[in-house]
Amino acid sequence: MIDAKRLAKAATATAVEGVHIQRQITLPWKDAARISIRNVTLRLGRAAITGAGVVLGIAFLMSVWTGKVVTEGLEREQAKSAFSITQVGEGETAPGLEEMKQEKQSRAARQAWLVVMSLLVCGVGITNSMLMSVTERFREIGTMKCLGALDSFIVRLFLIESVVLGFLGSVVGALLGHVIMLIVFMIREGASVAAKMNWLHMGEYFVLAIGLGCVLAFVAAVAPAVRAAQMPPAAALATEV
Amino acid sequence: MARIECPECHYVIETTGIVTVCPECKADMTKAMEEAGRVERRVRGSIAKDDSVTTHEFIVRTKGLKKIYRMGEVEVPALRGVDLDIRRGEYLSIMGPSGSGKSTLFNMVGGLDKPSEGTCFIEEVDMAQLDAFELAWLRCRKIGYIFQSFNLIPVMTALENVTLPMIFAGMSTDEMMERGRMLLELVGLGGRLHHKPFELSGGQQQRVAVARALANSPAIILADEPTGNLDLQTGKEIIDLLKELNAESGVTIISATHDLKMIDASDRIVHIRDGEIERIELRSELDLQIGHLAGAEGG
Repeated sequence: MIDAKRLAKAATATAVEGVHIQRQITLPWKDAARISIRNVTLRLGRAAITGAGVVLGIAFLMSVWTGKVVTEGLEREQAKSAFSITQVGEGETAPGLEEMKQEKQSRAARQAWLVVMSLLVCGVGITNSMLMSVTERFREIGTMKCLGALDSFIVRLFLIESVVLGFLGSVVGALLGHVIMLIVFMIREGASVAAKMNWLHMGEYFVLAIGLGCVLAFVAAVAPAVRAAQMPPAAALATEV
Repeated sequence: MARIECPECHYVIETTGIVTVCPECKADMTKAMEEAGRVERRVRGSIAKDDSVTTHEFIVRTKGLKKIYRMGEVEVPALRGVDLDIRRGEYLSIMGPSGSGKSTLFNMVGGLDKPSEGTCFIEEVDMAQLDAFELAWLRCRKIGYIFQSFNLIPVMTALENVTLPMIFAGMSTDEMMERGRMLLELVGLGGRLHHKPFELSGGQQQRVAVARALANSPAIILADEPTGNLDLQTGKEIIDLLKELNAESGVTIISATHDLKMIDASDRIVHIRDGEIERIELRSELDLQIGHLAGAEGG
């Protein structure tokens, strides 16, 4: 069954020739991406946990932004109708406007605070999840290093994996947050809110949220990935999980 | 091959390339070799810049190798100064009870860990002087590893496992697939190219590991307890496979083991105890001893 004679022939090349130390070692992006995506699709449980962190964080962010866009749309509508009914002079409306401006500012500050906090929590969650995912794979990392992987290959594989998860998670999260918030507003203010809001503005927030999700996942994965890559292969191989 | 005589002790070595030190009396043999026209000067630890063939009689040499592990406050010596010369094309077994330091020695020789003291040379190149790129290149192209627990990448198929080191070596996809397929066919797994490791038996997984170790035609195969997780029959198959590879292709095999079946296959057996070399046996001597014992019993 085993053809050792031919196997030996296949292996002969350098056995007799000797060792010249060189330094050419590669991992093309194409292959790195393939391996990373394979890791995401085949370890669905672990990927789902990491992804859930992003989904929740981005969903919250998006719900805040959707709320903002919808309220802005409603206010604009109100201001328009108020303007058309009572043509008031400049002096009379000034104190009212001032109040509205102040309230707007404090609301914006509160929202920014919420967003930052939620993203921080989300970031810590992803880091933790990636750390677990890396620890589970110490042995695999050690094996890859034995096969000639540089530290940077390991980092690259984990970063691609994390960004892929970050992207998928933030797309799902953005849709989820947006849809839920929109439904809430529709129930409260009537179905017309969708028509009143600025969809172009909303689109911008979508792109921003997805971008932010990817960046978050990337940043959160750097520390665990670097930690994994820097282990000496012997130590990585010896770990029992 | 050239026969070169040591100017001091007149020991004759047969070498395909350069050994600058007499293996018997450690005298400098450079002059004798220059005369034989086979000298190539090379700075130790630097990258060979030309393509000329440099071969040394000893593919691996260790000098005063020590390794101390730190367990909290306590220092635990795993190796207490090991001097070992391993010849090109040799089948060497490192034997010893668990905890004797054989795996540690194996890790040093394979460039998987750094010694606390002492040096390890591969082809007269001090491994401590290699940078990360050179070390990775060495692991990728020149050393094939086989482990007790197979260590295949679980999310990859047999074929992908075998081709992974070829990706690192920069082989083209077509070439890679062809060679991977061939290697797996040769170890008798031609019908299981696209199976994942968990779909294969232990013996099959180890055969995938052997094929992977051969991916870039290494000069050395390091096998750490390759039969440890296998049943008797499968273990024997793997040993036979390694032996045949050694005999046919001249690849140097270094195997850490406490499997007595290995003795039969190896040229030399290094016994390690408490981090030191206890004794080194040649297989020929061993046969003699066994024969002698049998004779004594008979008489």
